[in-house]
Amino acid sequence: MKTSRPRSPGAIATEIVTAIIFLLFMFPFLLVFINSAKTSFEVTQYPLALPTRWGNLVDNIVNIWTSESVRYPSSLLSSTIITAVSLVLINLFSAMAGWALVRTKTKTSSFIFFLFVASMVIPFQIVMFPLLSWFRTVTVATGVRLLRTYQGIILSYIGFGAPLSIFMFHGFIKSIPLELEEAATIDGCHRHQIFFKIIFPILKPIQATVLVLNGIWIWNDYLLPLLVLGKGNDVMTIPLAVSNFAGAFVKQWDLILTAILMAMVPVIIFFLFAQKYIVKGMVAGAIK
Amino acid sequence: MNAGGLIVWCARQGASTCGLSKGGSMTKKTESTLVFWIFLAPVLFAFIMVMVIPFLLGSYYAFTNWTSSARADNELRFVGLQNFINSLRDPAFLYSFGITFVYTILNMIAINVVAFVLALLVTGNLRFKNVYRVGFFVPNLIGGIILGYIWQFIFNNAIPSLGTLIPSLNFLADPNNLMLSKNTTALAAMIIVGTWQYAGYIMMIYVAAIENIPQELIEAAKIDGATPWIRLKAITIPLCAQAFTVTMFLTLVNSFKQFDVNVSLTSGGPSTMLMGQPILGTELLALNIYNTAFISNKLSEAQARAFVFFLVLAIISIIQVYVNKRREIEL
Repeated sequence: MKTSRPRSPGAIATEIVTAIIFLLFMFPFLLVFINSAKTSFEVTQYPLALPTRWGNLVDNIVNIWTSESVRYPSSLLSSTIITAVSLVLINLFSAMAGWALVRTKTKTSSFIFFLFVASMVIPFQIVMFPLLSWFRTVTVATGVRLLRTYQGIILSYIGFGAPLSIFMFHGFIKSIPLELEEAATIDGCHRHQIFFKIIFPILKPIQATVLVLNGIWIWNDYLLPLLVLGKGNDVMTIPLAVSNFAGAFVKQWDLILTAILMAMVPVIIFFLFAQKYIVKGMVAGAIK
Repeated sequence: MNAGGLIVWCARQGASTCGLSKGGSMTKKTESTLVFWIFLAPVLFAFIMVMVIPFLLGSYYAFTNWTSSARADNELRFVGLQNFINSLRDPAFLYSFGITFVYTILNMIAINVVAFVLALLVTGNLRFKNVYRVGFFVPNLIGGIILGYIWQFIFNNAIPSLGTLIPSLNFLADPNNLMLSKNTTALAAMIIVGTWQYAGYIMMIYVAAIENIPQELIEAAKIDGATPWIRLKAITIPLCAQAFTVTMFLTLVNSFKQFDVNVSLTSGGPSTMLMGQPILGTELLALNIYNTAFISNKLSEAQARAFVFFLVLAIISIIQVYVNKRREIEL
């Protein structure tokens, strides 16, 4: 709102107060940025000063990029694969399940829906230890490796992400008029065709919410990858890589902060592009 | 409204591409049942594999002598409530319970107060309000594990450095005054990080609620001579009641389950003494459960603690939603 109307002193004071809070909120990010461009001596001696040589930033980034313990390129790739594949599958499978549960009114379907809703109260802590031993049992019985592999962690994300996603799809699909599907049936559509050609495209707004909520969770998740993928594995996510490096030995803050910077940059770039959807999605997800 | 027409048009398009390929001898009823199960199958499979089976196994293991699952030949024996009794006799667990409650309550208050104030600020007549909104929201996009390391650097390096730069603040430079070196201040540090991380998200929920308040209501109150404070008390807060239910619930559950920031910021430290035993001073329940399993190697006891954790969480959530729903009606 650009008005040339003179602003009251109260409005100016509010603007200043908000701006100061805003700068305080941004300060940690600024610190990460300036200290990523310092040598390890500079970081510990003058953490609040501006770096003497910005070229150090490039050196530090190269250092982390080639570091054996962070393995940044492969971690970034693994994080991307895990997040992308999990999201596509959670989105599709939950939409399918949500539709099946809304449009089939039987005792079984109500019971299954109730199970999904009830499971949302269950904390990860109560299932995490048995999950590991169960995955090991499955591998012994079938030969399919679930621990330390992509398929294991993606399966986990589908299982843990589905209840909330189904719940949201369920709520949305209930509001779609049934006449739409009846019309399609009369035109000769099969049940599955009704879903893929009519319902799924209508679900776009709620799909955005589901993707955003699950995407932020999966990308940043630490405990599940720590348990299912483990440490020192070929498949490693960004949060695991950073914590391996930052938690390991004597604190090399210059490199740790560079690693943190490099972990944050992809998220922030993505956010700036999809800002509208992300904020909307997260608020909608909370209110539902 | 054009939207309805659009949907019908889409449906027609969809239907015409479906063609008139009527199936063979299958009846409508069996086809529906078949489609129902096929559509549910992928999710149901994953859900049963990672939630249902581990939950049932876990609820059973909590009452057994379950040790390392690598030794499959190890005979599983039912031990009744032994794991629960051992847990309740462990000062570290009791302490964890206590500080998790303290942390949860203080964190909830801090986040909601800050978030509500921020929401009031950024719904006002500010020039850069969209910039502020985005800025407050951004910490929420970064994982707790990474945020914890950033703040560890701030508390251990940046703040002491501030003490050396500004003479009147030189107490900050004293290593004894490091926030993470004492239990109480380390817990406060975790609340600061928790608030910084979460307030922007909660703010967005309040913003949505505040922007939904009919403008006429506020105009009418202004004409009647209501001060901003009275407008806040009589209009804004009551009309945000539903948002409060959501935000209280979210912050409660998330604070109670806090793990990532705990690991990266304090790792549970510093150490302290309780009932003649050395324990970790900021070890929240989630971390205590994890450490019981992987550091103390007491898997079945960790499982029992997780079971208690689950029960408490479920009870709190139910009470909280119930209380808030009632208040919503009263307001």
